[in-house]
Amino acid sequence: MKSLRGIFGGDIRQFSMLGALVALILFFQVATGGKVLTPSNMMNLINGNSYVLILAIGMVMVIVVGHIDLSVGSVAAVTGIIVAIALRDWGIPWWVGLLLGLAVGTVIGMWQGWWVAYVGIPGFITTLAGMMIFRGLNQYIGKSNSVPVPEEFQTMGGGYLPEIGPATGFNNPTLLLGILAAAYVIWSEVSKRRRAARVGFEPDPIYVAVIRAGLLVAVIAYVTYLFGTGREGTSFPIAGVILVALIVIYHIVTQRTKLGRHVYAVGGNRAAAALSGVSTRRTYFFVMANMSVLAAFAGMMFIGRARASGPFDGTLWELDAIAAVFIGGAAVTGGIGTVTGSIIGGLVMATLNNGLQLMGVGSDATQIIKGLVLLAAVAFDVYNKTQGRPSIIGLLFRRPPRPPGKDSDGAQEPALAVAGGGSAAASTIGAVQDQTTATHTAEPGAAGHPESPETSHSQPSAREGNEER
Amino acid sequence: MTTSHIKLEMRSITKEFPGVKALDRVDLTVRAGEIHAICGENGAGKSTLMKVLSGVYPHGTYTGDIVLEGETVEFKDLKASERAGVVIIHQELALIPELSVMENIYLGNEVVHRGLIDWDQARLQTLDLLARVGLDVDPRTPIKNLGVGQQQLVEIAKALSKDVKLLILDEPTSALNEDDSENLLDLLRGFRGKGMTSIMISHKLNEIEAVADAVTIIRDGQTIERLSAADGELDEDRIIRGMVGRALESRYPHRDPNPGEVLLEVEDWNVEDPTIPGRMLARGSSFTVRRGEIVGFAGVMGAGRTELARSVFGRSFGIYRSGTVRMHGKEITMPTVESAIKNGLAYVPEDRKTLGLNLLDSIRDTIVAADLDRITPRLLLDDNLEFQAAEKYRKSLRIKTPDVNRGVATLSGGNQQKVVLGKWMFTEPELLILDEPTRGIDVGAKYEIYSLINKLADEGKGVLMISSELPELLGMCDRIYTVCEGRITGEVPAAEADQESLMRLMTTTTSSAA
Repeated sequence: MKSLRGIFGGDIRQFSMLGALVALILFFQVATGGKVLTPSNMMNLINGNSYVLILAIGMVMVIVVGHIDLSVGSVAAVTGIIVAIALRDWGIPWWVGLLLGLAVGTVIGMWQGWWVAYVGIPGFITTLAGMMIFRGLNQYIGKSNSVPVPEEFQTMGGGYLPEIGPATGFNNPTLLLGILAAAYVIWSEVSKRRRAARVGFEPDPIYVAVIRAGLLVAVIAYVTYLFGTGREGTSFPIAGVILVALIVIYHIVTQRTKLGRHVYAVGGNRAAAALSGVSTRRTYFFVMANMSVLAAFAGMMFIGRARASGPFDGTLWELDAIAAVFIGGAAVTGGIGTVTGSIIGGLVMATLNNGLQLMGVGSDATQIIKGLVLLAAVAFDVYNKTQGRPSIIGLLFRRPPRPPGKDSDGAQEPALAVAGGGSAAASTIGAVQDQTTATHTAEPGAAGHPESPETSHSQPSAREGNEER
Repeated sequence: MTTSHIKLEMRSITKEFPGVKALDRVDLTVRAGEIHAICGENGAGKSTLMKVLSGVYPHGTYTGDIVLEGETVEFKDLKASERAGVVIIHQELALIPELSVMENIYLGNEVVHRGLIDWDQARLQTLDLLARVGLDVDPRTPIKNLGVGQQQLVEIAKALSKDVKLLILDEPTSALNEDDSENLLDLLRGFRGKGMTSIMISHKLNEIEAVADAVTIIRDGQTIERLSAADGELDEDRIIRGMVGRALESRYPHRDPNPGEVLLEVEDWNVEDPTIPGRMLARGSSFTVRRGEIVGFAGVMGAGRTELARSVFGRSFGIYRSGTVRMHGKEITMPTVESAIKNGLAYVPEDRKTLGLNLLDSIRDTIVAADLDRITPRLLLDDNLEFQAAEKYRKSLRIKTPDVNRGVATLSGGNQQKVVLGKWMFTEPELLILDEPTRGIDVGAKYEIYSLINKLADEGKGVLMISSELPELLGMCDRIYTVCEGRITGEVPAAEADQESLMRLMTTTTSSAA
């Protein structure tokens, strides 16, 4: 079991979500008689959800830092209409339109960031106002009409990579991307071992590394096959390429840069972060501004796919993005959540939508099911947390407990500690909420992390995994 | 002794968590009408024992018997134990700041008349309860307007409202100043005079010596011994020996002070309160710290020690009005915490859980958190550098953890404090401001922290230490400033000071240093 865990990496919560996603796909594949895993359906799935997933990337940072953004749909819509009109009336090239849209997103983001960071209005309120303001602006500017967009934009939102190179029976760019991805997986595995050797870590056993890399390469190969062998003229969607690039960039930003650390630090304990030299204002400002830029980008991809910008674009997108983030393991109280987790959460929602639609389930029932899934995903962890029981997955991966450490509070509360170990991410929602109700520190100045006596309730470990004891 | 004199008996209590025995056949006997103290290092099992007693861990999750007034009781939750008259007051007060005194006292226990709350009745009863604890405030005062000491009294009044038979106080004075502590202990003595039984968990051995009739010492989940005041067994050294299992030669490690040139000079420092305009947190304060010197700030709680220190550290508290700071004789400005860190200052806050740590973080994340540049060779953070830094401090500070990837929330108080110290040592500061560096940690860990502070001074760093415990300042510092109402009222070499003289300076409002 331990090595199985080694193969899939640290974060159990994400792993269990990934497992759920795979199970969901397989279930629908069987239930629909093989209609899910087809090139055209997967292309649809990517094209039809990439913009929400892009929003989820920004949203997880907003939620980690302790705010929420309700305006993303409206921001996407207003950007869409401005860009569409500019392209139509001013005759500017498509890439100038793209830059214009990003500039619009930046300005809107700075506006919202300013209210949140420098005036101190909670993000919820600021963006609730933004939701109305920018929806109104979209309809004012577009006079509530639809405005078509040129072909290059349509390619960006719903197009495919070109057919070039020799006839391999594959779409060659897709094949190339697949090969590059596989090569990267192998290279990173090798370099990880080399680094471990240099610093003196004990590297994973060789078979773990081989199986891990092998599995990933197999998945990549399958995906490449799926997308590369579609109808002539189709490939891995361009929207998907953009999405993957953004995931990689933001994964690195959140996990490997100072900025990312600051986001988690401010979300985890604002007062402690401030006393460590982190500018909470700058962090809030960046996160809010960044969200609007991503929303603007998503809006442009959407008008490309829809081939026009309309007055009701982006309605309720914010809720899809927020749901993706929470299914993906973020905590309502901030400080916890990852980009990859949120993408998995978004894909779970997308797969549900897609699979149910293919099964012929109506949108009424689909909504009910999606709502229940959201509740269940979070409730599952909250329940386990409050019951002091490890989650099923956590149980599978539990190591025999250690002998009591003399100086460790953990030794006093190992049951809960194990539960904490089971699932790091959303599971803490429950615990943290417990804490909030359990204690009311009478110190208004300390806007810190709510905290229960003896800190025994929640022992969330590092967000980067390794939460097993 | 006969059973009628015994209020509570816990017999052979064993509480196991999967694979771990947190309590191993613990016995506790509390006689009626006594103040019984429970001592032990952090993690010894005191709180677990109290959770068993109060039904937080329900009957069935532990083995052994609880006998209350001669009857075996089986509490299934906190409510059940409260009905039986066992009331626990936690270290962190569970009052709601926005609600009034009476609303808090009757929260969950409302005075109901025909389905509606009878506030008039509640107010009358509250007045009576407040009189019993000697608190003279209007029952309609919001909790947030009361001081910590008064809030503690409200908690006790709340306990009294539940017809308490056995009052359990977990670290009741840890957040109180000397006066409030004394007041609280007097109140407990008064309760004892009226026949009430109390159990008190405390790290403050002088208080235990002062009020307790008996002490049960717990170590590593086992009862070590029961000491009784009547037999003359209650003295601090005796208790410490029981707690740590060895005699602690001296509470403060020896050091030969060797102060160098002046490192930090703060002159005529004036800071205004951020919430109450016109109120000054620091008034014309001046002080210096030399290299290799440990300087103390003594003052009663609320005197402005922390505020003064934090206003210097990157103006992280209050509104700066005037004053100069010099490092190495050169005037500098530090408008932000970031600039303070760059200028070689570090501030270890008094409350590590709300101000010092992100409890969601791992040890390694925390160690590097105040100086990420050091692990960012180019654009990206370097995992290996981070790991090496964390390992370095884990070893040098002897942080007890199998793995620096563990969450800081899993550590005991003493080890958390070491992590916070490590976080600031990682910034390679020249001057460390340590605000209550040993609050809430046990005797053994304190000694380790003291040794670390001495080592920092020996390395030529300046240390400014804020503490509410005068013996600690006298034992550790070379020089002590007294602070009162934002003013520095005295400066004395530690060798010439004693508790009485410090206390006098701490409570004078006029400056005697001038």
